[in-house]
Amino acid sequence: MMLDIRDLSVVFHDGPQPFTAVDRFNLQMDAGEVVGIVGESGSGKSMTAHALMGIIQSPYAEVTGKALFDGTDLLSLSPRQLREYQGDELSIIFQEPMTSLDPTMRVGRQVEEALRVHGKLPPAERKARSLAAMRLAGLPDPENLWDAWPHELSGGMRQRVMIAAALVLRPKLLIADEPTTALDVTIQAQILETLKDINRTEGVAILFISHDLAVVRALCPRVLVMKEGRIVESGPTEDIFRTPREDYTRLLISSRPTRTKLKGGGVHG
Amino acid sequence: MAKAIIKRVLLLIGTLLLVTLLAFFAFSVIPGDPTEAVLGMDATDAQIAAFRERMGLDLPLWQRYLKWLGEFVTGDFGDSFNFHMPVAQLLLPKVGATLTLAALAFVLIVVLSIPLGLLCARFAGSWPDKVLTVLDQLAMSVPGFVLGIGIMYLFALVLRWFRPEYVPLSAGLLPHLWYMLFPALAVAIPKSAMTVRLLRGSVLGELGQDYVRTAYSKGRSRSSVLWGHVLRNAMIPVVTFLAMTIAEILTGSIVVEQVFGVAGVGRILVTSIGNRDYPVVQAIVALVAIVVVCCNFLADILYRVMDPRIDGR
Amino acid sequence: MKRKNWYLAAGTALTVIMTAWTVLGFFWTPYDPSARSSADKYALPSLAHPFGCDYMGRDIFSRALEGAGTTLTIAAAVLVIGFVFGLLIGALCGYYGGAADALIMRLCDAVSAFPSILLALVAIALLGRGKYNIIAALGVLFVPSFARLVRGEFLKQRDRDYVKSAKLMGVSDLRIIFVHILPNTWPVLLSGLTIGFNNAVLAEASMSYLGVGVSPTEPSLGYMLSESQAYLLKAPWFTAFPALVIILLILGVGLVGEGVRGELGVEP
Repeated sequence: MMLDIRDLSVVFHDGPQPFTAVDRFNLQMDAGEVVGIVGESGSGKSMTAHALMGIIQSPYAEVTGKALFDGTDLLSLSPRQLREYQGDELSIIFQEPMTSLDPTMRVGRQVEEALRVHGKLPPAERKARSLAAMRLAGLPDPENLWDAWPHELSGGMRQRVMIAAALVLRPKLLIADEPTTALDVTIQAQILETLKDINRTEGVAILFISHDLAVVRALCPRVLVMKEGRIVESGPTEDIFRTPREDYTRLLISSRPTRTKLKGGGVHG
Repeated sequence: MAKAIIKRVLLLIGTLLLVTLLAFFAFSVIPGDPTEAVLGMDATDAQIAAFRERMGLDLPLWQRYLKWLGEFVTGDFGDSFNFHMPVAQLLLPKVGATLTLAALAFVLIVVLSIPLGLLCARFAGSWPDKVLTVLDQLAMSVPGFVLGIGIMYLFALVLRWFRPEYVPLSAGLLPHLWYMLFPALAVAIPKSAMTVRLLRGSVLGELGQDYVRTAYSKGRSRSSVLWGHVLRNAMIPVVTFLAMTIAEILTGSIVVEQVFGVAGVGRILVTSIGNRDYPVVQAIVALVAIVVVCCNFLADILYRVMDPRIDGR
Repeated sequence: MKRKNWYLAAGTALTVIMTAWTVLGFFWTPYDPSARSSADKYALPSLAHPFGCDYMGRDIFSRALEGAGTTLTIAAAVLVIGFVFGLLIGALCGYYGGAADALIMRLCDAVSAFPSILLALVAIALLGRGKYNIIAALGVLFVPSFARLVRGEFLKQRDRDYVKSAKLMGVSDLRIIFVHILPNTWPVLLSGLTIGFNNAVLAEASMSYLGVGVSPTEPSLGYMLSESQAYLLKAPWFTAFPALVIILLILGVGLVGEGVRGELGVEP
């Protein structure tokens, strides 16, 4: 087992009452597996991912539980030890490719960044490796894109740059936090295809987070449904799709087409 | 980018022309031209006519402007009424001191405010930040020349770090710079306070951006994110602000010069205003305005270089 | 949010105290500000002379009180001139736009290229020293910066829905400008006014310090400072109190501006 999350909870202490964003989350994942997490916004699915990556910035957040990654509890590591994993064996891509890239840094440097930060590979070989990652992420003509600025790319291209940057160190686990929500429907499908390919050819495990059960169904054989910080349902995606036990899940399934239209409509890939 | 720069350069030339035009006209619509100021009340008509012709005052206004501009760009600023010598010759030895003071002040602002601004942002909300914020507001409220008097009192009279007597460059570079450091501090501290506040706000704003989260997710440490990503983005408004501040540094220097008895442009300006020595005042005003316009141009270009998103417009 | 309110509260309190103190000086000073007394030369601050006495034995408290009055009068007059004309020009330019707007704004840019103290000095060179000349010079100089500020706000507001619906209802342009749009721009204008006030105080004090401000017979904090400098070691209070008055005037209004900006999340 590659990942074993046990009773992961995230509690915020910034209000008059402590707020539990994630409540005793459990997940076991094997290497190369693809698992989905669905839930409406505010259900704690992104918070789970951010807690796992150790990138919750709020000083008021308290993370408890265990997250064993190849036997090492990520949650008990010091920030310095955790940084060894971030961007190396574990990486993440986000919902907003527009703002998730540094606007003042050229695309190539951002893809290369994790290699530089982790001091992997001699500098001369970094570019070749980064270009390979860009190709893997489905970016055409990466040499030409190397010196482009993020604002010069379309939303879909930016998300592919994010994917390339996340893959450059060949992680074991890629967390995809609503990676297609901000993109329009055709681009969405292409990005999902790319993620599928990456899983198949590179054996990268993917934890795919979305509010959209149909998107999850296209990619993930197994799914967890989250509501108000708790897992309310889990199992093979097809079973859940065919015979949802919870009303909430049924609602997620039925609300799907309008949501995709609404979210995808205004943004151009 | 090239196209944008050409456009800016054309705009710069236009603004420079407008600015010199203003500087010229301000001194051409004086109630009663300088003839009286120079020759006195009891000059004969013949004397007046001769003077007016010599000064070109009998030509139409636009011809006088072109003539004045032509002479101005070739470094001929006319003759001082009062000192009876070319204005250029009069100003040349003074310009150095004023520019040294302004440059020193600018360096101090950068050196003081960037680390302090980062410190405030890094420890936002904690006690060093709170103390600095209060000090900041105080420092912003002290006019440069008042601060200058305070510095004079503390460092020259009480601590005796320097003698309250101007040390010109001819006395040696290091003694000169050491003396100039104190007026420069007086100019720099209020401006640094504003820069610190701007930088603090800018860094805090950038720290909340999504790309910062991305940088953390790649295994960067806090300080590495700050230096590697945040600072470059946060500096964009600060650099623009700094370039725009040069105007205020220059005028600030002119006033603070008086506090420290620096033999710079400020003293000549004040004397010439008292004497209604228009060619001198006009030359100084035009020169300062040109420096300011050029600095604003530089700020604009720097902004474009630092922020790739504004490319091409 | 708490800290911002603290700014506003402290700033308002300080400004009210300083204004009340200054206005008091219009009606009453403990001594005749120009009365000399050889017995009181260099007198230390005491109950009889709270700020001490200067090299001619004049009461510094009374002189500072009167000087602050001059400064406040000049700053207020400058603000009124700059505000009224800046508002008119900026509102019309921002609301109507077009070629006249472009021309006027270019001219404002050119005028803004001259640092304001420098231009005020030029005006003094041309017009001569004195309170009213300073008011005229600084007032005219503050018009472009206010005009630009107001124009920017009007540009932002003029395409909002409430303006469009007012137009559709046949409300006259002037009414839209002054009744509908203007109230929405107050926070930014208020913040601009505080900055303008401080610039005016700074300019007046600097010019009087340089000896090219108000005429030497008029009381002035800046002129007191320039006089006092020769006695810095002998009578530091002669410098300290006028300086303190200037600093407190600027600090109070500066805090108000900061508070307003923080409260409403606007940048100047």
